[in-house]
Amino acid sequence: MAGGIPRGPVAATNIKSRRGIEEPALIRRVLIGIVVGFVGVFLLLPLANVFAQAFAKGWSAYVQALQQPDTRSAVLLTLLVSAICVPLNLVFGVVAAWAVAKFQFRGKALLITLIDLPFSVSPVVSGLIYVVMFGAQGFLGPWLDSKDIQIIFAVPGIVLATLFVTFPFVARELIPLMEAQGSDAEQAALTLGATGWQTFRHVTLPSVKWGLLYGVILCNARAMGEFGAVSVVSGHISGVTETLPLRIEKLHQEYQSVAAFSAASLLAILALITLGLKTWLERRQATEQALGQSDSPSSHEH
Amino acid sequence: MSIELRQVSKRFGSVSAVEDVSLTVADGELVALLGPSGGGKTTVLRMIAGLEVPTSGDLLVRGERVNDVPVQKRNIGFVFQSYALFKTMSVFDNIAFGLKIRKTPPAEIQTRVDELLKLFGLDGLGRRLPHQLSGGQRQRVAIARALAPRPSVLLLDEPFGAVDAKIRQELREWLVRLHRELHVTTIFVTHDQEEAMEVSNRIVIFSRGRLEQIGTPREVYEQPKNEFVARFIGVLNVLELTILNGAARLHELSFPAHGLPEGQTLRIGFRPYAVQISRNLQEHPYLAVIRHVYFLGVQLRLELETPSGLILRTRIVKDEFLRQGLEQGSSVSFQIREYRVLSTGANSLSPEVATVHSAATFAEGI
Repeated sequence: MAGGIPRGPVAATNIKSRRGIEEPALIRRVLIGIVVGFVGVFLLLPLANVFAQAFAKGWSAYVQALQQPDTRSAVLLTLLVSAICVPLNLVFGVVAAWAVAKFQFRGKALLITLIDLPFSVSPVVSGLIYVVMFGAQGFLGPWLDSKDIQIIFAVPGIVLATLFVTFPFVARELIPLMEAQGSDAEQAALTLGATGWQTFRHVTLPSVKWGLLYGVILCNARAMGEFGAVSVVSGHISGVTETLPLRIEKLHQEYQSVAAFSAASLLAILALITLGLKTWLERRQATEQALGQSDSPSSHEH
Repeated sequence: MSIELRQVSKRFGSVSAVEDVSLTVADGELVALLGPSGGGKTTVLRMIAGLEVPTSGDLLVRGERVNDVPVQKRNIGFVFQSYALFKTMSVFDNIAFGLKIRKTPPAEIQTRVDELLKLFGLDGLGRRLPHQLSGGQRQRVAIARALAPRPSVLLLDEPFGAVDAKIRQELREWLVRLHRELHVTTIFVTHDQEEAMEVSNRIVIFSRGRLEQIGTPREVYEQPKNEFVARFIGVLNVLELTILNGAARLHELSFPAHGLPEGQTLRIGFRPYAVQISRNLQEHPYLAVIRHVYFLGVQLRLELETPSGLILRTRIVKDEFLRQGLEQGSSVSFQIREYRVLSTGANSLSPEVATVHSAATFAEGI
């Protein structure tokens, strides 16, 4: 810059331009205060309260509450359901993302919309769909009855309902990731002699692993926490078709406050772990993407 | 005969990407597929690789039809424009990939990859990840990876598109040296005519899916088959003339007519170097004013404007420009030393007509 320009106007311009993009301090503080206050009152306080209620009568009461046979079987059922649903939706999600990201076909946009359907439908409706399909008065009910297969008010119904609501998580996570990466690397692997499976295993999977893990974690959290859809198909048979969220509700309605909150604390811990992992994975993914895109040579040693 | 395309066409739905292309590439050649983007050259390259299947026509490698041979079995090395390095693998693992897939013994892989790292000036970078490399290094890794399994052909899609101008120049020279050393048949795609001229032994020019001309860089420059090629390879002045009183004329310019009927139109083209200028206004038959001077280094490009408003482009060596004391706005006299008849007839704009009349060659002098 030429030395002859007087300082005054330059400084004034600077202040002005800063004002242009930054809110005055007071507004900033008020806005941040509102957000922090809201998060505190509506999120943190209830969470703390869950643990406070769970431990209201001490550690031994807490442990005892969790050792109730019905609560234990609810925990086991919840684990079973997610152990079935998460792998299935993992496979489905990878297949769907692969199909959408790597191939061009008719009805692709519709397919993407349909994958999202469980997100936009109320879980209660999802549950009712299965009752209508498989229930005694339902579509396939009589046929299933004749074969002595019970789906509604039994574990298969719970698994189906959970599958439905957790359907989009992995696919939603992978589709944009795979679309952004394109298929050049896969094609390069093919030209180097790799089969489709080798390409998937050595090239595609490693490049989406963090996104995949992220989707799986969210899928798992939802599978374990789902209430609405499961509630409709479960029948609430204690010790048989009661998942953890259903158990908590029942305990709560029976005024077993410590037992209810003890069970709830398990889900709260799951939520906290999920949140922690999610944050960690997001950071990993972000740095990896930033590194992948940066053109500068070796400025980051990782 | 290493690679041959016989009347190959490729359609994507209703869009025709490549139409009726026949082409032979001999063993050890370095060939450029040149043309504007959307010209079909990348599709041709991908068909040779097996990444696309021709809609019709035959693709032969060493005389054998390979249309239905899958990409994995073609033993070609393909370098993508984006390089398509495996970002989760180290440089070493990237280069070793093709060998590992072929179940090459580890000791052999080690030897081969080390050899390539050395050849490509990548010593000591084997453990880096692709994002830790510069653009030029990434490209060399991509080429090394393609060459590792000793392919019979190396195919490169816009190899110099993604790096900046200075590195591009180095890479061009490096590719020529590499080809000289390894002697592997190499075909590369480019939209940059200068790059094609400088690097390749032969140039194949495409436009809108059709093959326009095949020839050495000198052939396509000096004997372009049609106006498209002439315009695409280097700068070309084009004039549309009319036969009047036995000569082809446009404003004050006139050229000898080869016994053409009165009133017929005629298109001619000439390179900037064919326009000779002089400060001495009596030296050449026509007059013009220098409207613009573009500095290109040793050479200058000038834009001339005749009194009747015609714009012509010419080139002059800087020393000559200074010796004559020329500058922007100077009046000069000029002549057109050689030119080429691009087409005759009313619908002279169509390239087909231009091809028919391409027999007419440069006319020396005026």
